[in-house]
Amino acid sequence: MITLEVNGRSVVVDVDPGTPLLWVLRENLQLMGTKYGCGAAQCGSCTVHVDGNAVRSCVLPVSAAAGKKVTTIEGLTEPSGAALKQAWIELDVPQCGYCQTGQIMSAAILLRQKRQPSDADIDACMGGNVCRCATYVRIRGAIHRAAALARGGAR
Amino acid sequence: MTLDVSRREFLRVSATAAGGMLIAFRVPAAPATPTPPEPEFAPNAFVRIAADGRVTVIINKAEMGQGICTSLSMVLAEELDADWSRIGFEFAPVDPVYAHPGFGIQMTGGSTSTMGMTEPMRQAGAVARAMLVTAAARRWGVPEADCATAGGAVAHPRSGRRAGYGELAAAAARLPVPDGVPLKPAAQWKLIGRPTPRLDTRAKVEGSAVFSIDVNLPGMLTALVAHPPTFTGRARRIRDAAARAVPGVVDVVDVGSGVAVLAKGFWPAKLGRDRLEVEWDLGEAATLSSEALRQHYRELAGRPGLVAHKAGDVDAALAAGRVLRADYEVPYLAHAPMEPLNCVVDLRADSCEIWAGSQFQTVDHAAAAAAAGLPGAKVKLHTTFLGGGFGRRANPASDYIVEAVKIAKAAKAPVKMIWTRTDDLRAGYYRPMWHSRVAAACDEAGAITGWRHTIVGQSIIAGTPFEPMMIKDGIDSTSVEGAADLAYAIPNVLVDLHTTKVPVPTLWWRSVGHSHTAFVVESFLDEIAAATRQDPLALRRRLLQGKDRLLGVLELAAAKSGWSTPAPAGRARGLAVHPSFNSFVAVVLEVSLERGWPRVHRATLAVDCGRTINPGTVTAQLEGAVGFALSTALYSAITLADGQVEQSNFHDYRMLRLHEMPAVDVHVVPSEAQPTGIGEPGVPPVAPALCNALFRLTGRRIRRLPIRREDLA
Amino acid sequence: MRRTLDRRVLLVASLAAAFALAQCRAAGPDPAAQARSAAAWATVYEVLQHPRCVNCHPAGDVPLVGEHREVHPQNVQSGGNGMGLFAMACPTCHRDENTPGRHMPPGAPRWHMPPRNTPLVFEGRGARELARQLADPSQNGNLSPQQLLEHVKSDPLVLWGWNPGEGRAPVPVPHRTFVAAFQDWVEGGCRVPE
Repeated sequence: MITLEVNGRSVVVDVDPGTPLLWVLRENLQLMGTKYGCGAAQCGSCTVHVDGNAVRSCVLPVSAAAGKKVTTIEGLTEPSGAALKQAWIELDVPQCGYCQTGQIMSAAILLRQKRQPSDADIDACMGGNVCRCATYVRIRGAIHRAAALARGGAR
Repeated sequence: MTLDVSRREFLRVSATAAGGMLIAFRVPAAPATPTPPEPEFAPNAFVRIAADGRVTVIINKAEMGQGICTSLSMVLAEELDADWSRIGFEFAPVDPVYAHPGFGIQMTGGSTSTMGMTEPMRQAGAVARAMLVTAAARRWGVPEADCATAGGAVAHPRSGRRAGYGELAAAAARLPVPDGVPLKPAAQWKLIGRPTPRLDTRAKVEGSAVFSIDVNLPGMLTALVAHPPTFTGRARRIRDAAARAVPGVVDVVDVGSGVAVLAKGFWPAKLGRDRLEVEWDLGEAATLSSEALRQHYRELAGRPGLVAHKAGDVDAALAAGRVLRADYEVPYLAHAPMEPLNCVVDLRADSCEIWAGSQFQTVDHAAAAAAAGLPGAKVKLHTTFLGGGFGRRANPASDYIVEAVKIAKAAKAPVKMIWTRTDDLRAGYYRPMWHSRVAAACDEAGAITGWRHTIVGQSIIAGTPFEPMMIKDGIDSTSVEGAADLAYAIPNVLVDLHTTKVPVPTLWWRSVGHSHTAFVVESFLDEIAAATRQDPLALRRRLLQGKDRLLGVLELAAAKSGWSTPAPAGRARGLAVHPSFNSFVAVVLEVSLERGWPRVHRATLAVDCGRTINPGTVTAQLEGAVGFALSTALYSAITLADGQVEQSNFHDYRMLRLHEMPAVDVHVVPSEAQPTGIGEPGVPPVAPALCNALFRLTGRRIRRLPIRREDLA
Repeated sequence: MRRTLDRRVLLVASLAAAFALAQCRAAGPDPAAQARSAAAWATVYEVLQHPRCVNCHPAGDVPLVGEHREVHPQNVQSGGNGMGLFAMACPTCHRDENTPGRHMPPGAPRWHMPPRNTPLVFEGRGARELARQLADPSQNGNLSPQQLLEHVKSDPLVLWGWNPGEGRAPVPVPHRTFVAAFQDWVEGGCRVPE
């Protein structure tokens, strides 16, 4: 039995401790916003936060998240997270949309550390998130927009 | 939820000489047999209006990122004069009424959704509007001509009366459905042509959009499948004791296409599959290698093939004048959608429900029913959002659907079959590898007098039910499109084809034949320009006299990219223009080398795709096409050795990433022509534009994709 | 009082550093030990030039991967403190142990690169150059020879080189041979070979 906090709720799951957190989120907790894209930390679709750090949940055994705070897209309520979602909607970033929650979760780490990220910062933060539809131009634009929204105190 | 669906078919008219499609259609009327009373107004298969005023548009296309759920909703909402804030959509069930007006089956592909469905959706909305007006006019005892519609309501200005569509729904539902009504003139459009936020964005941002991989059913098992290592392989012997011993594994089943491990979740299924021991008969594909195929193709390119197009006497032209020759090669390509293929099947004794991101409903549905051993009427295929399609989810063989149904048959429980990324990359149905041998003759004035293009590669259509339609006199039209129908004015042309038979399954891939022919044509044309000391733009202008739409995008891209001005220091520009799917796209890329590797700084595109429904979608599709095509120009290849696919994940089937994406400027040629494709036409010109820029930068000509470092050294 | 204490601490620290340096530089009492030290460097150098070591001690800001020193994909950068940047911090993908399977991220506790202010570059360093560099606390992350020895003996990231996960060649020199050679090198005065 493994206890962890997910989106502010304490949960106990009865799974093989080696089960990647991704599958615990999707199958045991029915949180479907975190996606499976490669299973090898090569695409970023599975990105969540563990104790505030970005993690590729497809390679993190759930035992390594025991006792920690996990945040998924469904629980991304901090102001910069809300700004990102708003900017993503304003710019109509998603095409097929499958990678986008992972993109947002990665971008959220950047905005926590940089109020006004440069293009080089965005390059450095987002290289792990593949978008096959190549919405990269709009992802970049939405991160800048979200940073502006967050600085301006927009909701 | 049932819909009033009719059984009338759409009529189909074949392509015009100009390459456009004329589509005649009829919006289906209500069926003869009465259906149970509904609280909603559903005059046709494409719209439903609820008593509370909510409008649901039924989308008969797969939403794979191209924005079609919004575009078609806009078109219907425009004619309906709906309140856009009350518009929602659902994906259509499988029914003949939802068939593609041009192709006669329910499917999404060929960049034809907007082109094919705009008029039917307009009619559907207009008919509903007309009936609501009739209902209101009757209720108020006023002439219909005195009524107006706007924002989801009918108004009678003279008396100040107003009724929302919801209020009128029940009354409208009792009226006969007219056979066809006049449409709004374009000058009155409020929605069509305006950038409109997509209806699916919020759900995709919040993570609530449902892809088939997200569907869960009570008691569902998850299946991972061990596929044979070669395309002709079959399991000879299975040792599954260790697999079955993994806690959570429920069963192991040989379904022919592979050995499935069924478990209570992805992870136990994966652990079980890891412990499966299978002896495979490898079959004839065991000796396949990309190297051997390349040699074989190169050799075939030296021999005359089947003639796909002939004009004048190319042999005579090549005998006189100065001749340039080149060989071009491109590899197999996987589609690699971000959502790997998967399918959910709930198969019972006498019914079956399937969830899949299908681009090929009619075909998939029929294949599923056959695999399930059930009549079609007992099988429901629910189309979800697609996490990328690119043509992979439109497979005449319905490979992953059939596999899932077979597993479900053995499972006796609902099954979610998931292909891992590796499974997805190795499962075949690739864009074929191609070899092109080109030769061109030029006269002293630099005019091209002869052009010969020999193409070697597999037919994606052979052996499929589409063969009678798309293979004529042995020529698969998709093998030569973009090559046999050159827009360039060249008097003597010969395009010939060797169709190879290789046991690698192949399929259409975003832009299909154009994905290889444009690379060859636009690169070789640049070689000719360089050899005859002509500016690549000037040469194309010369050869495209009278081809106004092509010239239009070419000039626009050139102007907007600053083509006639020097590129910044260390950079060069490359140009390409290519028509496909009835649209016209020109691309200029501005490129430098960073530590010996191409860096694309800016992409300037000009597009003529007729009238645009949602300009935002057009821009997005072209931005995306640039990134998609650059991935394949720079990185992606599926290669074979000893019959096996060498690639297994994104580390060796590499994708372009954000830091490598150029800035993109898209310029749309305003047009009143009917809307034409946008999902695919951005892809073909990108690779040649890149290689043309690299030639100007390095003097090295790239004739093989993906680009390798040593090609530029 | 405080200032005197600080000064005393400083004095002791600098004496210790000088002693450490002296340990490395001073000729050992035993010419044989010195000779052993110089000879042992060959083994140490072989290990340090193996891909499992060089890949995280690159000349630039980007770690290397594989047997052929390819640049790490995904635009990974060391980020100043050697821990990566933003959502691309090393632990985003690299866990405390190897993720099982081929082409999965390798892992060890505190996966990281040397920080920028103590770069500790192995890539492209000649044998003499690297020996000099390792022997000098101002270039080796401020470690004394004993600390260096402890590091190569038991640091999990070092040990990882011998247990690198499926599909990666471990360092071919056995770890205990490497440690013994390293000890000889240190005890013989951190000799720089001819």
